[in-house]
Amino acid sequence: MSLINTVPDMALTARVDDLLNWTRKSSVWYMMFGLACCAIEMMQTGGPRADLERFGMAPRATPRVSDVIIVSGTLTLKMALRTKLLYDQMPDPKYVVSMGSCANCGGLFQLAYSVCDGVDKVIPVDVYVPGCPPRPEALTEGLVKLQQKIQQEKWLVRKTDPVGVRA
Amino acid sequence: MEAASIHARLRERFGDAVGDLTGSGRTVGATVEPARIAEVAAWLRREPALLFDCLSTLAGVDYPKRSVIQVVYVLYSYRLRHWLTLRVDAPRDDPRVPTVTGVWSAADWQEREAFDLLGVQFEGHPDLRRILMPEDWPGHPLRKDFVEPQEYHGISTSRESLLKA
Repeated sequence: MSLINTVPDMALTARVDDLLNWTRKSSVWYMMFGLACCAIEMMQTGGPRADLERFGMAPRATPRVSDVIIVSGTLTLKMALRTKLLYDQMPDPKYVVSMGSCANCGGLFQLAYSVCDGVDKVIPVDVYVPGCPPRPEALTEGLVKLQQKIQQEKWLVRKTDPVGVRA
Repeated sequence: MEAASIHARLRERFGDAVGDLTGSGRTVGATVEPARIAEVAAWLRREPALLFDCLSTLAGVDYPKRSVIQVVYVLYSYRLRHWLTLRVDAPRDDPRVPTVTGVWSAADWQEREAFDLLGVQFEGHPDLRRILMPEDWPGHPLRKDFVEPQEYHGISTSRESLLKA
């Protein structure tokens, strides 16, 4: 009996990394974290026209089951501490999307006494989406970029090896 | 009732505790001695010809040149449809003003805001805590001489410009 006949008709082969990443990128659940006007655009992105669900992305109300936190809006210093707390509650692997000028660098309000100049001062950011606020198309592109990043993760590389390990 | 006649009644009742009539439109009103504001407010609300049943807004203003923190009360009567503004000048180094929460409960959060941002101590307020800023925030940010701290819980409050020459 030849080897060919022992393989079922329907079979796919893949590297484990690719398979893991493929499953992970296809079910990126995002935490609802609306801070300001960007949140309105985030809701639109989740709505039927931009439709994030076609990428397997569903909104979650708790950080404990979320894969990505979309920081959408002006981050005050008071909220920055709470953002760190929420981020720390998310299970690994976790990602951060900084949405809009305020989350990127403080934006229009960066000289105000109460505003944190960018969410990257508190938690590490994977994708920055520019705009004030970004249109749903822009946020969608940012999340597709995040999917591309997830697809390139190398989970099986030994942790002692600095190459490919997330900081 | 016209502002001038409201003012005349105030003067008649409280004498020199009420200052001259200033301003125009909705900001027409008078200054009141800090110690008597609660009493004046209660009377304005109760008096049948005035019936100021609504505290439209309560705000604080910092005047460093005069060394004064002013608390502004904008009053409205829904029943009689007239406006009046009261102003209280409190000393800047120790601004203490009696609360009017007993007269209008709407004053509760407004006074907390004035306390949070300008440091006005409203005496007799039931729950005088910060309302906007974090509990451990240093100072009162709407004072003109407020200096922004360099960092807050290890978060630096400034950011380098990306536009380098």
